[in-house]
Amino acid sequence: MKQHYSIFTLARNAVSYHEKWTEAWRSPDPKPSYDVVIVGGGGHGLATAYYLAKEHGITNVAVIEKGWLGGGNTGRNTTIVRSNYLWDESAHLYEHALKLWEGLSQDLNYNVMFSQRGLLSTAHTVHDMQALRRRVYAIQLNGIDSEILTREQVAEYCPILDCSPTARYPVFGASLQRRGGVARHDAVAWGYARGADARGVDIIQNCEVTGFKIENGKITGLETTRGSIGAKKVGVVVAGHCGVLAGMAGFRLPIESHPLQAMVSEPIKPVLDCVVMSGQVHVYVSQSDKGELVFGAGIDSFNSYSQYGSPPVVENMLNALTELFPIFSRLRFLRQWGGIVDTCPDASPIIGKTPVENLFFNCGWGTGGFKATPGSGHVFAHTIATGEPHKLAAPFALERFTTGYLIDEHGAAGVAH
Amino acid sequence: MTQVNRLPHGGRVDSSKPLRFVFDGRPYEGYQGDTLASALLANGVVLVGRSFKYHRPRGILSAGAEEPNALIQLGQGNRSEPNLRATQIELYEGLVAESQNRWPSLTTDVGAVNSLFHRIFPSGFYYKTFMWPKTFWMKYEHFIRRMAGLGKCPTEPDPDRYDKLHAHADALIVGAGPAGLAAALAAGRAGARVILVDEQQEMGGSLLSDRQAVIDGVSAAQWVANALAELRAMPEVTLLPRTVAFGYYDHNLVSLMERVTDHLPPTSPEALNQPRQRLWRVRAKDVILATGAIERPMVYIDNDRPGCMLASAAQTYVNRYGAAPGKRAVIMTNNDTAYQVALDLVDAGVSVAAIVDARENAEGELVATARARGIEVLGNHAITRVGGKLAVREVEVRRLTGDGKSVSSDGRTITCDMVLSSGGWQPTVHLFSQARGKLKWNQDILAFVPDKLLPGQNNHSVGAARGAFALTDCLVDGFAAGTAAAHAAGHTEPAGSTPVAGAEPAHSPMREMWVMPSGKPLGHDGKHFVDYQNDVTAADVALAHREGYRSVEHLKRYTTMGMATDQGKTSNINALALMADLRGVAIPEVGTTTFRPPYTPVTIGAFAGIDKGDFLDPIRKTPLHSWHEQHGAPFETVGQWHRAWYYPKPGETMHDAVNREVKAVRTSVGIVDASTLGKIDIQGPDAAWFLNMVYTNAWSKLEPGRCRYGLMLGEDGMVMDDGVTSRIAENHFHMTTTTGGAARVMAWLEDWLQCEWTDKKVYLTSVTEQWAVIGISGPMSRKLLSEVAPDLPLDDQSFPHLSFRDGVVAGVKCRIFRITFTGEATYELNMAPSYAMHVWRALMQAGEKYGITPYGTEAMHVLRAEKGFIIVGQETDGTTTPQDLGMDWIVSKQKPDFLGKRSLQRSDTKRPDRKHLIGLLTEDPNEVLPEGAQIVAELKDKPPMEMIGHVTSSYYSPNCGRSIAMALVKNGRNRMGETLYMPYDGKVVKAKVTEPKFYDPEGARING
Ligand SMILES: Cc1cc2nc3c(=O)[nH]c(=O)nc-3n(C[C@H](O)[C@H](O)[C@H](O)COP(=O)(O)OP(=O)(O)OC[C@H]3O[C@@H](n4cnc5c(N)ncnc54)[C@H](O)[C@@H]3O)c2cc1C
Repeated sequence: MKQHYSIFTLARNAVSYHEKWTEAWRSPDPKPSYDVVIVGGGGHGLATAYYLAKEHGITNVAVIEKGWLGGGNTGRNTTIVRSNYLWDESAHLYEHALKLWEGLSQDLNYNVMFSQRGLLSTAHTVHDMQALRRRVYAIQLNGIDSEILTREQVAEYCPILDCSPTARYPVFGASLQRRGGVARHDAVAWGYARGADARGVDIIQNCEVTGFKIENGKITGLETTRGSIGAKKVGVVVAGHCGVLAGMAGFRLPIESHPLQAMVSEPIKPVLDCVVMSGQVHVYVSQSDKGELVFGAGIDSFNSYSQYGSPPVVENMLNALTELFPIFSRLRFLRQWGGIVDTCPDASPIIGKTPVENLFFNCGWGTGGFKATPGSGHVFAHTIATGEPHKLAAPFALERFTTGYLIDEHGAAGVAH
Repeated sequence: MTQVNRLPHGGRVDSSKPLRFVFDGRPYEGYQGDTLASALLANGVVLVGRSFKYHRPRGILSAGAEEPNALIQLGQGNRSEPNLRATQIELYEGLVAESQNRWPSLTTDVGAVNSLFHRIFPSGFYYKTFMWPKTFWMKYEHFIRRMAGLGKCPTEPDPDRYDKLHAHADALIVGAGPAGLAAALAAGRAGARVILVDEQQEMGGSLLSDRQAVIDGVSAAQWVANALAELRAMPEVTLLPRTVAFGYYDHNLVSLMERVTDHLPPTSPEALNQPRQRLWRVRAKDVILATGAIERPMVYIDNDRPGCMLASAAQTYVNRYGAAPGKRAVIMTNNDTAYQVALDLVDAGVSVAAIVDARENAEGELVATARARGIEVLGNHAITRVGGKLAVREVEVRRLTGDGKSVSSDGRTITCDMVLSSGGWQPTVHLFSQARGKLKWNQDILAFVPDKLLPGQNNHSVGAARGAFALTDCLVDGFAAGTAAAHAAGHTEPAGSTPVAGAEPAHSPMREMWVMPSGKPLGHDGKHFVDYQNDVTAADVALAHREGYRSVEHLKRYTTMGMATDQGKTSNINALALMADLRGVAIPEVGTTTFRPPYTPVTIGAFAGIDKGDFLDPIRKTPLHSWHEQHGAPFETVGQWHRAWYYPKPGETMHDAVNREVKAVRTSVGIVDASTLGKIDIQGPDAAWFLNMVYTNAWSKLEPGRCRYGLMLGEDGMVMDDGVTSRIAENHFHMTTTTGGAARVMAWLEDWLQCEWTDKKVYLTSVTEQWAVIGISGPMSRKLLSEVAPDLPLDDQSFPHLSFRDGVVAGVKCRIFRITFTGEATYELNMAPSYAMHVWRALMQAGEKYGITPYGTEAMHVLRAEKGFIIVGQETDGTTTPQDLGMDWIVSKQKPDFLGKRSLQRSDTKRPDRKHLIGLLTEDPNEVLPEGAQIVAELKDKPPMEMIGHVTSSYYSPNCGRSIAMALVKNGRNRMGETLYMPYDGKVVKAKVTEPKFYDPEGARING
């Protein structure tokens, strides 16, 4: 039984100088075989394992992570959570996730600090406004919260945003999703890991998958840097490295891996209470609970596997930031990093079966999959457990690139995070 | 004014130039050459800040970039700036500084109650609580946010200017200590182009605080002065003091930030006449990293009390700034370097109560000298208590026992007002690591040192930056690296000989000692700080380990160790050594966290430089822009362009003006500035083949002199751009693209040519700005043109629709295209931009009798919508096929291939009931739907409702006398006559499905 986390247990442990806390998850050696092996210890992989155990009673499960938990995009992203997507398929999937976010801390008994502080997407041209209206009307008719703000309302909602009509790209208005916000990324990985571990899932770090064992078109196990592991089913959730893993399994994915950068400023007292995203003046920003401004923009255009971006992108990002928020000019940026994002041609994920029987992939979340973490894990667990796609995941099958049933979220998504 | 701790002698500050400054509302005085930190110390101020989490009182730990504690809000009003390190702020007359993160004052800070509850606030406590009741997180968070943060953001925009530039060098040398200066001398004398940078105001590095060293027979200070004088005289050498090299990127690109005016009173004329800071992007053939080393504090109990300082920092304050950090020091060390500090202090008249040395047998030259000078040396001892809260008052020391893991039960109290500690030195490997070099552990100096370089990154770490601390080694290293860099760049002039250092005392071995026992279990009474700013203690590291956050990255993220504004410069090694100990593995096995840019935080505004406001993105204006302006047109932003939107006459609304313009085109003649259209000149023997590939229709048979409309698809079969392309000659075409899509199309075409069709001979040139375009459209357009171009035959035979002719219009050579976007007879006159205004005026004048009417983009949109012509990006959104638009006629069935063809064969793309472009007529003819309105077939009381499409274009059409709209609707072509619903903004509008053509469906008006 896991130690319960609460203010009372904190106080009780304070008496013993916090020396009685136990580890949040075990670090077992891999067993010879599992019912399900999840490759990739990011948020999506860990959530999948958690829901496999919790919702489907499948507990003979391992999560295999080549480095440390959450060390991929989960621990590098700017944590924007929203469900204001244009197309029905996406809206329902991300809204499913958003609903899970709303009870996640309690479900996991781990505070993931999901902060529904509101998310503002600004429009800067007449055309932007049309696209924005189209998206908001669609979201509303899907029964999801979203509203349109005029320039005056934007200025009131986020007073430090430059709304002057003389700006190079003046703010025309914005969409607002009040239920959108941010969460604490590491806590999501750790909370799911702890929850999965409590239900019997083995979490194995520092173990890289180097190959698959496939017999007669069916998966039977994996090769790893810590030996072979047998598996009845395998779910691969490795984000930027999905192309590499698909290669090991003998098929290709319509995915390109790009660096995506983000950065934080030094911590300051609260100045920005919501998330602001602008597609035209390309940047998005929020302020962490620690006080750092967290911001990012678009991908580096070259393909790469090194978690490292190029400096011109940073310049453009900071440029855009001071344009929208002239008062940030004298602040300093503190830390810059990159992750490798798996971008799909239609900017939507791929969830489901593969040409190899019992091998499932969940990837292609690109620049915007953090927000989906609980939903993605939830539908993927269902897909693995039942062998058939969850109804919310079905449209996102790999076959859509054969049929042409694309779910193109580029056009109306603005900044895709 | 009393500078109580200013030393009577020594230091490089200029006591003839006193400067007044204010800290927390109180006036003080310092000298030219002081930092804010040295000036505060000289004034006896030791309490300067509060820590992030516990609001513990803090003093000054260091004398440089690594400072975690002394963070300052500097300046006032729109020039106020948070989180600056007092150790790096140069004093100027009138400086105003304030401490941060305290309320109401630094000495009585209410936030310090956190300290009382510290027992229930260990690392990561917030993950374990604030979860009940469920909806309360936002309330807790509000509170937490207000407690967190450090300084304050300015409330007004930044009034200062910034600059940025590129530079190239044979050798970029980072750090102007002995190693860097030696490197610069060697490279500069050999004739190389050198950039030497140092983050400090004065170059010289450690030599500026060194009173013992002798180089080439002169004092260190003299040698520095000589070296700088020599370097300054070299034309190819650039010296950049006050400049930090903060980022090392691929292919030896290093970013520098130069603080140009930060040391000046901000409103002095000298400051206002220059950019405040300058961002340099330097591409260097070789980078010489002479970045020195950073001293580690020792982790003893309550090692954060104001007055606890790095030993070397105290030495710097005394020797370089002539400011004593206190009157009486206790020094805690595990190595020899602190002994020299003790000797320098004593020399300067500051008393040293004792040196507490963790080593069991502290012996050697320096130890002996210290003893000889009467300094008490307590070997094998530890500090076990620090007395005093707002300032150190005393310490207790005890003998170490049991392998240094415990202490004797009896202690001795020593009165002192500062505790100086040295836990050894960590080479400043940040830039080396940013360049993705690999580190290795050196057990002798207990530090990580550079090991392997990443190929393509050409750099050399020299002197202390590679763990070679002796002065001789620094000089030899630096000189050799400078010579090598110059030679590699082909510069071989004689460079003289390596500077020679005088004799240096030998150093005895260190003791590996990561935490000093205090007689109580860690965390039980008092705190052993590892990361000062973020209040991470040795007990927190142990907690992280206990809870399984054992990877160095988990340790960092769980405890926030190393994530403060100092990025762990003084704490990282201590923390990971503690973790290694807990895990029972060697330190290198734990590894370091990634060193990320920037080395020290850099100003955001400097990255924008001058690229802000109107320079954020160039504003593109047509050659006729001023005319539109003079005629009152508001402008619409389309991509980077500003296009005339409509031309209101006095008293007219937009609606009135647009109706008038639209009507004029249909009844007489309108004139439009279409210069923004993207234009690409395409030449080469494979040009026709190329067009066949990038457009859906066939181009081979198009005759020279003729024009054709084309659709371009993406690989996914979706429409990406459209436009008219004309054949100028057999191997020469003139392509037009949409205004907004021009750059994208150009890049797309080049991508195919350069990456896929490399054997084809096709050459593209963007000529968007080489041709101005004036369109005249309407029944009178031919008549008008004939008057200004009398030599041009205009009958339908000689100049049919979809052809072009070269001719002279109003005396100007023009290329005239007969194509239409309004459905009326239209001539698009292309000419050199400098003549455009002349031609426009001539047309206006000649057209006056016909009531020629300038029309803007809005009227243009209405006109084309009346005809059902699409706009890419409006009727399409990246999910629209030609068939969806009802444009199957433009997709060749014969061509073997074109981009997107294969995708059009996919089952879903072929589906007959996809979304089709249709027309919508609202029930109320005066109701103009908003573009973007969603469409439902079955209306429900409330969402969710199934959407079947959306309105893509919608206008009031004066020619139809009602509103018109186009929409993409599921299976729309089979819904003709159906009524659909548009619920939006709390209302529902009904409309009937029609063909998306509202005016002149037969196209009869094309010939005027
Ligand atoms: C800078 C940045 C900003 C972003 N901002 C946002 C945002 O604001 N909002 C949002 O919703 N999304 C955002 N994203 C996207 C989001 O981070 C990702 O979509 C999401 O976190 C992906 O989670 P994951 O668990 O699938 O992948 P990851 O967290 O990357 O996990 C994949 C794991 O697989 C492991 N792995 C790889 N190969 C192997 C192997 N062979 N064997 C074993 N393990 C392997 C990796 O080590 C990694 O830990 C951002 C991404 C980046 C990089």
